[in-house]
Amino acid sequence: MSKIMPFTGAQAVANAMRQINPDVVAVFPITPQTEIMMQFAKFHADGDVDTELVRVESEHSAMSCCVGASAAGARAITATASAGLALMWEILGVASGSRLPIVMPVVNRALSSPINIHCDHSDAMGCRDHGWIQIFNENAQEAYESVFLAVKLAEHPDVLLPAMVCLDGFITSHGVQNMELFEDKEMKDFVGEYQPKKWLLNTDDPVTVGPLELQDYFFETQKQRADAMMKAKEIYLSVGRELSKITGKEYPYFEGYQLDDAEAVIIVMNSTAGNTKAVIDKMRSEGKKVGLLKPRLFRPFPYEEIAKALSGKRYAAILDRAESYGANAPLYGEIKNALYEVQEKPKLKSYIYGLGGRNIFEAEIENVFETLLSGDFDPMEVGHIGLRGESQ
Amino acid sequence: MAKLKSYKEIPIGGMIEKAGNSEDFKTGDWKTFRPVWNKEKCTNCMICPVLCPEDCIPVEKGEKPVRKETDFDYCKGCGICAKVCPVKCIEMKEEAGFNE
Ligand code: SF4
Ligand code: SF4
Repeated sequence: MSKIMPFTGAQAVANAMRQINPDVVAVFPITPQTEIMMQFAKFHADGDVDTELVRVESEHSAMSCCVGASAAGARAITATASAGLALMWEILGVASGSRLPIVMPVVNRALSSPINIHCDHSDAMGCRDHGWIQIFNENAQEAYESVFLAVKLAEHPDVLLPAMVCLDGFITSHGVQNMELFEDKEMKDFVGEYQPKKWLLNTDDPVTVGPLELQDYFFETQKQRADAMMKAKEIYLSVGRELSKITGKEYPYFEGYQLDDAEAVIIVMNSTAGNTKAVIDKMRSEGKKVGLLKPRLFRPFPYEEIAKALSGKRYAAILDRAESYGANAPLYGEIKNALYEVQEKPKLKSYIYGLGGRNIFEAEIENVFETLLSGDFDPMEVGHIGLRGESQ
Repeated sequence: MAKLKSYKEIPIGGMIEKAGNSEDFKTGDWKTFRPVWNKEKCTNCMICPVLCPEDCIPVEKGEKPVRKETDFDYCKGCGICAKVCPVKCIEMKEEAGFNE
């Protein structure tokens, strides 16, 4: 039997880690991720897990520790945010390049500078092309379930890539929500034991991990990594179906909310999707055809599926909680990409919102919908929600 | 050099599945100078085999050890052997002149 618990997102994720009972967890504090590891360290101290808890001296070391552990044959997890993720950057590539299925909750927080501890997605977006699977989550419940999905997907023999589970800093990580906690045994059985085919500590079958590759083989190895990432797309769905049997939930590439007959669509990830749903309920009661498309799998990106869902829609606004300086905002760019081959494309509008934890209000989301429905907007101009000096 | 394999034929992530395979990696193919050894003049003093940084000057063991021809698969052409030889019986010659 599952239980309903009043958990923060951090508690939810820490409980997922408790149920998984990883072989190795590398811990280093960074706001607002610290809460996860604080919880997990308590489970460790109480003997709820028999994980090897490694207290490292930086995030660079945390990821290095996970790389070593994973190569050795262990199931390894760490968690981070913002500058911590940035400091890991070099080793993130070692993890994915060496095809090590490390799992990492990322509590999304703005990147310096100026220093800021609150939510935006610039940390995860900064490493979106680094060979990590990225799953975005609206709330504690989704983040909790995604940790299990991530473990199983990352370790799938046809994938073997590391995976990030992204949740909004403070909003999700520290906000208390009612969430459904599934039974320890069921979740433990779902992830099972990590069974690598080759591992460093197997003295009967010695291998070398992470050697030098120059002009002769580097290119071939990158092609394998790219193929594995594409493979992860279909396996995400099959692992999701397996998880559904326990949770009763669905794990699509994206969630559609009042999407089918919507004329105006907002595309947004993580917690703001929740606010958008509330706005949609209100506007639908007024007879306005508005809907939501909330991507969950950002890497690999489900281009064709999103293109299909948006084909024939009149208007869509893409809300990015990150800048891409000198380029299209990350999510907007992907959506625009996805639509290239579509005949009946919606007219698009890119919005930046919520940088450094700037609040976004329902009235502002409603405003975006109204702008879309009016059809009176310049698709080439980037909008900024809640930015002083700009009338929306 | 063995024929290079396609991305479908190699282990993932650059993993090397065969232990001790550095033997197969010929490191001497980038030398620009080759030590040409005059066997007749050599006194088998054993200075060059000891000082060669690549350990690629073979020695036949025995009561009186005997220097053998350099292993060019691994010689990087640094010229140390030529420099240290007391009887100057090693001459460094441009690799381009040799066809292997
Ligand atoms: S040239 Fe250098 S590497 Fe080659 S045999 Fe002489 S000492 Fe050794
Ligand atoms: S240093 Fe000169 S003399 Fe001595 S072993 Fe080498 S080649 Fe022969």
